[in-house]
Amino acid sequence: MTIKTKKGRIAIDSKLCKGCYLCVSVCPDKLIAISGELNEKGYYPAEFTETNTGEDRKCTGCAMCAVICPDIAIEVYRG
Amino acid sequence: MEKVVFKKPKYMKEVPFHYCPGCGHSIIHRLVAEAIEELAIGEKTIGVPPAGCAVLAYDYFDVDMGEAPHGRGAAVATGIKRTLPDRIVFSYQGDGDIAAIGTAETIHAANRGENITVIFVNNNCYGMTGGQMAPTTLLDQNSTTTPGGRDKNRDGSPIDLSEMLAITRGAVYIERTAVNSVKNIRKTKKAITKAFKVQMAGLGFSLVEILSPCPTNWKMSPIDACRRIDEDVAQTFPLKVIKDETS
Ligand SMILES: Cc1ncc(C[n+]2csc(CCOP(=O)(O)OP(=O)(O)O)c2C)c(N)n1
Ligand code: SF4
Ligand code: SF4
Ligand code: SF4
Ligand SMILES: [Mg+2]
Repeated sequence: MTIKTKKGRIAIDSKLCKGCYLCVSVCPDKLIAISGELNEKGYYPAEFTETNTGEDRKCTGCAMCAVICPDIAIEVYRG
Repeated sequence: MEKVVFKKPKYMKEVPFHYCPGCGHSIIHRLVAEAIEELAIGEKTIGVPPAGCAVLAYDYFDVDMGEAPHGRGAAVATGIKRTLPDRIVFSYQGDGDIAAIGTAETIHAANRGENITVIFVNNNCYGMTGGQMAPTTLLDQNSTTTPGGRDKNRDGSPIDLSEMLAITRGAVYIERTAVNSVKNIRKTKKAITKAFKVQMAGLGFSLVEILSPCPTNWKMSPIDACRRIDEDVAQTFPLKVIKDETS
């Protein structure tokens, strides 16, 4: 059986992010991590790691990360 | 072709929120703005922000807004709605605002069946002023005015304001939801949309009470604050439709 997943992508606005970890906690594929570099507000912002995990896991564009983000820092694209 | 499936809703301004990391207020702002956009009522909606952490909500919503004195959101919304009955009017109120200083205004607006929508953000404390006990503070919850925990004999029990309002004859739709998970956030959006529809149909008073994390005053991480809502807050304030006379 093949599971059909639409391919997705997110963009995190690191200036708006407050490093609350909520997106990190809900991503089913663990594609978001907290960066080691402070943003201009003084928070460690979230970053999308799909491109640098080197593993075969892909964002489905499910938007769960964006739905829980309190700062509307995440845009989600699909297709 | 790549499509945007999630972005800032139309009726939220391009202004960064001042709220603490993990605060529920800005999630709730977004849900209200999404509902306004989906119902296509943005050009005729008037919001009434409170005294409380959400006092600057008029900086974020790109609809007409008129500030209320502490607790008087339902009274101010009543005045606006009666003057401009073709507008969709919502008040946005914290638990200290609506369930302490504003109790009388709220109960009478509900009882009169004012055709307004109230967004009641319950974070179990006076957030803005530093985390004092509110009427909605849970038993045993630590606050700056209940060190060691709220004590039933000394401080009284948490108030079930939504259930009290449901008894009033003018209340049409009252639901309690939460914004501590993706699932609950989606349910909250449905409830807010329904509340606006009640007003659009001219049916009467609608209110959505939303259990909302305040990681700062609860002194825990945003993830733990979300967990606390399931484990503690929703045990005292169960998530449910409290009254629905729409059908
Ligand atoms: C008439 C009046 N009394 C007291 C205050 C001080 N005050 C500002 S916000 C607030 C409580 C806010 O708590 P809540 O309504 O729960 O909102 P939150 O900040 O938790 O979202 C109080 C007592 C005020 N602004 N006006
Ligand atoms: S859209 Fe879904 S899969 Fe993609 S990063 Fe966000 S939560 Fe993860
Ligand atoms: S949920 Fe939003 S604010 Fe919180 S860490 Fe993720 S992107 Fe940043
Ligand atoms: S004090 Fe609490 S309610 Fe106020 S902005 Fe901070 S987290 Fe939100
Ligand atoms: Mg409060």
